[in-house]
Amino acid sequence: MTPEINRPLPRSWWLRKPAYFKFMIREMTSVAVLAYSLLIIWALWAAADAQSFSTFYDFLRSPLSIGLHAVVFGLAFYHTITWIALTPKVMVEWRGDERVDPDLIAWNIWLVFVLVTVIVLVLVLA
Amino acid sequence: MDVTERAVLEVYRYLPDQESEPRLQNYEITYRDDWVVLDALNHIKAEIDPTLSFRWSCRMGVCGSCGMMVNGEPKLTCETFVRDYTTETITIEPLAHFPVVRDLVINMEDFMEKLPTVSPWLIPDEDKPLEEGEYLQTPAQVAQYQQFSMCINCMLCYSACPVYGLDSAFTGPAALALAERYNLDSRDNGSKERANVVTAHEGIWECTYVGECTEVCPKGVDPAGAIQMLKLSSARDWAMSPLSLVMPRGGRS
Amino acid sequence: MSSRPSKTAPLFWLLFSGGGTASALLLPAMLFITGVAVAAGWMSDDELLAFIKNPLTRLALVGLVFLFLFHWAHRFRYALVDLGLSRIGTQAWLFYGTALAGTLVAGLGALRL
Repeated sequence: MTPEINRPLPRSWWLRKPAYFKFMIREMTSVAVLAYSLLIIWALWAAADAQSFSTFYDFLRSPLSIGLHAVVFGLAFYHTITWIALTPKVMVEWRGDERVDPDLIAWNIWLVFVLVTVIVLVLVLA
Repeated sequence: MDVTERAVLEVYRYLPDQESEPRLQNYEITYRDDWVVLDALNHIKAEIDPTLSFRWSCRMGVCGSCGMMVNGEPKLTCETFVRDYTTETITIEPLAHFPVVRDLVINMEDFMEKLPTVSPWLIPDEDKPLEEGEYLQTPAQVAQYQQFSMCINCMLCYSACPVYGLDSAFTGPAALALAERYNLDSRDNGSKERANVVTAHEGIWECTYVGECTEVCPKGVDPAGAIQMLKLSSARDWAMSPLSLVMPRGGRS
Repeated sequence: MSSRPSKTAPLFWLLFSGGGTASALLLPAMLFITGVAVAAGWMSDDELLAFIKNPLTRLALVGLVFLFLFHWAHRFRYALVDLGLSRIGTQAWLFYGTALAGTLVAGLGALRL
């Protein structure tokens, strides 16, 4: 058999097309989820005594914390947007022989998001 | 009125019996406004360079033969208009993620071997004798799988899929969408049999939902959607499997 | 081609999905609380401490850490594979183990309070 040419995918494949780049950013939002988990773990351990909690609370009021929160928020919200957009593709609904509009499903989940956000904020801050 | 324009096609050439390395060759052509890239390639072969090799057949977007990379995007060249390209040259390359046999012709054996592994035929509960007549389906039942039945095996989705590009062991979008086409068919009862391939690691679980397969599909099959549905149904089956010991009919509806 | 159904993939995909849904719906609100409300003085250190110490909060937070970490573990290791780093990405135990360890650390912290 005559020799065939193999064209391996370069490591930089995800930089070649906006769609691939947005995909990689989406996957990297998982790091934001990791980061906030670490904050929660810190909070749980810091709450054990006044000294450590004071350190934790002071950090939350620092410019560094605000900056990090802004970055993590950007990633987390991109995760929210992409996750809600993809959910109707996984959970397909039918009404007779017509498929329920995926956008309708997405809007419903956005409504849930707003409700959940309001409930959490009221529960914690009020 | 025959208005013509000029274009330069930069075409991937590989002639294994003459050269050991592939190269790019430029062809300057004039084309009519209604030409598709396939017309341009056939013009090149007929008028300029008869040594150029490429696959094509129906020239109307139903056979799936003429898939190639046009300016880096997987396209059916019979459905891609030359006039839509404003770049200085239009680069034509063989379909990505497949070995190149010669010029624009790729080796599609891997894809051809994968298709039968998903048992793409009806596997009914019981064999129905001919005297009992035909299977009946409501429009709603047909709608369940119809979209996934539109695949023309053009392999554009495999070219768009970076997971397949990185690992050719991945079963891939078209094959998995075909599995779902049969799983969702009311005449079929073969999900369990197909699960060997579908729910293997190289099946649905290797997919990271990049979604480009769906974007490039010329027939609107949405293989990415099919794979995500398979993830959910497979996960549900897995979670319910211990219950099958106590539930009637093994938990199946 | 190994054609055996994966026995573990469905579990980790379900955890990834649960964590993905939980984080998609809850993270923005939580980030607002720790990132804005505290800095703006809308929640004092005593209020925040009391809230964290609440047994229901502690239970919820450990549960969320569990889901969040398993979401991260699954998505991140597949991202590494997609980046061509499959030698690390295929070490599933490394990522899910870290997620489990993090959950245990969170649980321990919650139990001490």
